[in-house]
Amino acid sequence: MIEQLSVFLENRPGRMADMARVLGEAGNNMRAFVVADTAEFGVARIIVDRPRAACDALKAAGFGVTVTRVIAVEVPDRPGGLADVLDALGAAGVNVEYAYCFVEPNGEVAVDVFRVEDPEAATSALEAAGISLRQAHDIYERD
Amino acid sequence: MAFQPELESMPREDLEELQLERLRGTLRRVYDNVPLYRAKFDEAGLDPSAVKSLADVSSIPFTLKDDLRSAYPYGMFAVSLRDIVRVHSSSGTTGQITVVGYTRGDIERWADLMARTYAAAGATADDIVQVTYGYGLFTGGLGAHYGSERLGALTIPVSGGNTKRQVQILKDFGVTVLACTPSYAQLIGETAAEMGVDLRDLPLRVGVFGAEPWSENMRRTIEELLGVKAIDIYGLSEVIGPGVAAECVEEQHGLHVNEDHFLIEVVDPETLQPVPDGEVGEVVFTTLTKEGIPVIRYRTRDISRIIPGECSCGRTFRKMERVFGRTDDMLIVRGVNVFPSQIEHVLMDIPGVAPHYQVILRREAALDEVEVHVEVTPDFAFDEIRALEALQKRVRSEIMSVLAVSVGVKLVEPKSIQRSEGKAKRVVDLRDAKGEAS
Repeated sequence: MIEQLSVFLENRPGRMADMARVLGEAGNNMRAFVVADTAEFGVARIIVDRPRAACDALKAAGFGVTVTRVIAVEVPDRPGGLADVLDALGAAGVNVEYAYCFVEPNGEVAVDVFRVEDPEAATSALEAAGISLRQAHDIYERD
Repeated sequence: MAFQPELESMPREDLEELQLERLRGTLRRVYDNVPLYRAKFDEAGLDPSAVKSLADVSSIPFTLKDDLRSAYPYGMFAVSLRDIVRVHSSSGTTGQITVVGYTRGDIERWADLMARTYAAAGATADDIVQVTYGYGLFTGGLGAHYGSERLGALTIPVSGGNTKRQVQILKDFGVTVLACTPSYAQLIGETAAEMGVDLRDLPLRVGVFGAEPWSENMRRTIEELLGVKAIDIYGLSEVIGPGVAAECVEEQHGLHVNEDHFLIEVVDPETLQPVPDGEVGEVVFTTLTKEGIPVIRYRTRDISRIIPGECSCGRTFRKMERVFGRTDDMLIVRGVNVFPSQIEHVLMDIPGVAPHYQVILRREAALDEVEVHVEVTPDFAFDEIRALEALQKRVRSEIMSVLAVSVGVKLVEPKSIQRSEGKAKRVVDLRDAKGEAS
């Protein structure tokens, strides 16, 4: 289980830049960054070095931000690798709400991030299927 | 239990007969004794004795706050100062203060009306009442005090301030009824919690709250925090003070207007024509028994409506809805009167949004477009786009149902609406900026 920041962004020019600057000035490096948008607003999902400190910095700067628990999975680098992960989740009845992918700093391992309704059930299903989960300390400093 | 059941539950027909008789007497008295009313009536060509039914009221000129201001201090009194035994005044936050005078009879009737208020809230002579409304020129403290004594309750005149001492007295004196403003009730509850006193364990069981706008949500919070039934009361110094209208504990929905003493009308603030029961407008009062300073069709600037239908408590007095706005901030959108403060009331009751909003008005192709910006609370679960979209939909549909005009709603970031001197600028009207020329 790892922690991701979810940041509410109004559709307003420069707002995303403001957010990135706050993170930068707080000394936070981003591991992954993805934006979901609707007609009215966006939600940025970010994995950073030190999620709690980054969350506090964003709150102090007036952003609407939540720390969300997601699961991170090392996906085998072969055709069908992702399908195996999703099969394991599907067999356990776990619904995926959204997912995205990033590459670890050494550039060798692709990590898929899943937001699921029940992270505990997802974790045990994946462990039972022999799929390797990334822990927080693999990805960022725990603060 | 009603304090004066024979009056509070009298048949409507008898009530209206009594109202008409008292109205005619009041009109005669103000015409004879108050130069301002005589001039107003003469100018309108109104002969007070020509008012022969309650429907004729609509031909009588209105009285405005400015009339009271211009008569400062005693110009609107209908009796000589020798017969006045007390004066109160309004706070004067919006200009010159106004002075209201009471005869001995006025003080007696006022005490009865406030005793009705406590009784409607479920209080009796067995109760112990802590009055924390301010005592002084403000009508709240002494009004609540005399009513409590009239009821026969043990009355503790603490007045406002020193919240820790308020909690101490609540606890040590075995207080069962608290009378104060709703925001102060909340502060007392929070202070008690900080002091390690759980008010829910004390005998305290009823709250009589008024003198400022509050919401259903706030009522639930206070009821939970203090362990009380919270009752909304209404009044204004120009009419008498507290005691004009109050909720009954049976329904806690709508405030019974003491119609044997006050004639209530609801008028369209633009046309000033009366609207039918159930429709929203400006509340107008005529006093029927006041001697010191009767007011005729006094425009309160408060926005509310009459709730149609009978009440299960047995009172026949009609109920007004909790006040949800002021005419001062009225907008006209596509010909409809819109009160932005209604938006605030809607927002106060929706979890996930702060009661901070901004209304942006534009004119697109000769049509007024309304966009309402609403702040999401900082603790919202922002990851859930569906929850955000559902919140936006809910806010939009609830705003539209109270304003009765179509609006767009945009959720904005916490604390992003600009505040000046602690208050947000509520309305940005861009309609005159473009489109007018064509």
